[in-house]
Amino acid sequence: MAAQLFPPWATLAARLVLVTGVLLPFGLVGLLMAVQYTPYVTGQTITPEQPVPFSHEHHVGGLGIECRYCHTSVETSRFAGLPPTHTCMTCHSQLWTNAAVLEPVRRSLAGGRPIRWRRVNELPDYVYFDHSIHVAKGVGCTSCHGPVDSMPLMRQAAPLTMGWCLDCHRNPAPHLRPEGEIFAGHWSPPPNQDRRGAALIDHYGIRTEHLADCSVCHR
Amino acid sequence: MTRAALLFLPLALSACRLEMVQQRRLDTYGASAIWPDGTTARPLPVGVVARGDLARDAVAVNPPEATPALLARGQERYGIYCAPCHGSAGDGDGMIPRRGFPHPPSYHTARLRAAPAPYIFDVISKGYGVMYGYAARVEPADRWAIIAYIRALQLSRQVALSAVPDARDRLP
Repeated sequence: MAAQLFPPWATLAARLVLVTGVLLPFGLVGLLMAVQYTPYVTGQTITPEQPVPFSHEHHVGGLGIECRYCHTSVETSRFAGLPPTHTCMTCHSQLWTNAAVLEPVRRSLAGGRPIRWRRVNELPDYVYFDHSIHVAKGVGCTSCHGPVDSMPLMRQAAPLTMGWCLDCHRNPAPHLRPEGEIFAGHWSPPPNQDRRGAALIDHYGIRTEHLADCSVCHR
Repeated sequence: MTRAALLFLPLALSACRLEMVQQRRLDTYGASAIWPDGTTARPLPVGVVARGDLARDAVAVNPPEATPALLARGQERYGIYCAPCHGSAGDGDGMIPRRGFPHPPSYHTARLRAAPAPYIFDVISKGYGVMYGYAARVEPADRWAIIAYIRALQLSRQVALSAVPDARDRLP
């Protein structure tokens, strides 16, 4: 009788190798797919450093300046509008005129060169996004930009992934607001949002059956 | 040979993807090396009449009829652009003067009650004293709406109680 070539644990080892050989590729692919949705890739929660540490918390939350005071084209154009230096100086020609943090603002006005702000919320170029239609149909600023009135420095509040866009495009009712609340710096849905949201879809004439069509965002 | 080409296909496709994310176009307010000031936002050359300018000029000299809709629009625009300094009721006590900005005059003075509408239009457009002009922020049509609302604010302190029939019932 020949001695056994394989020790008793060899069977277990062989099974493990087989199982790992199958699971590992799946696991790796799964990991790669999951990484796409982490803040590391989407940029969510990232706060880029800006030439001037502008605080929305102070200007919106503290002073009560409305979004549209600076973002003047949000109701009429694709682009919400970034204020020209002239807008900053409307107040800062008189207030904090010697503050060191505002030096880039004064230099911009004196030299006629715009301040180079760094973009916080950036969509890929193949996405057609228009601010004006969203605010006209009851989607408020903070639904995408987060509680701006409590952000000392602007950060990307949403993941801005396609799945995140579709969440709302497939079921907009939980996010819709009446006209008076769209530019509120802080907003959370009231308890009766279920009924109100459905009524607002009718009120704004939103055609939900076409909201998730490819051509709505990819033109 | 075909197999080798297939191996390179993913590489070619990945390049394609980047091209789609960052397409060869100039984005609004983007950076560009083409012009000396480094931005894609181009100021108008001297003497150019921009699209819509003539229509805006026409509105500027033709005040619209005062309607409830105009007043509502004026109230909204006043809240955005004027209330930070002039205060919600036009007393000149907004949040910005409370933080040190020179106080604007109250609308509820004999001088400003008597001021003609085109004068206020001019102040909104070009500014006055330390007030910057709002021509770039408030469309001419909205300037008229704001003026209508300022008139309503002024009237609210001058009207006789008998002129508003049910006002007495609504007083606290």
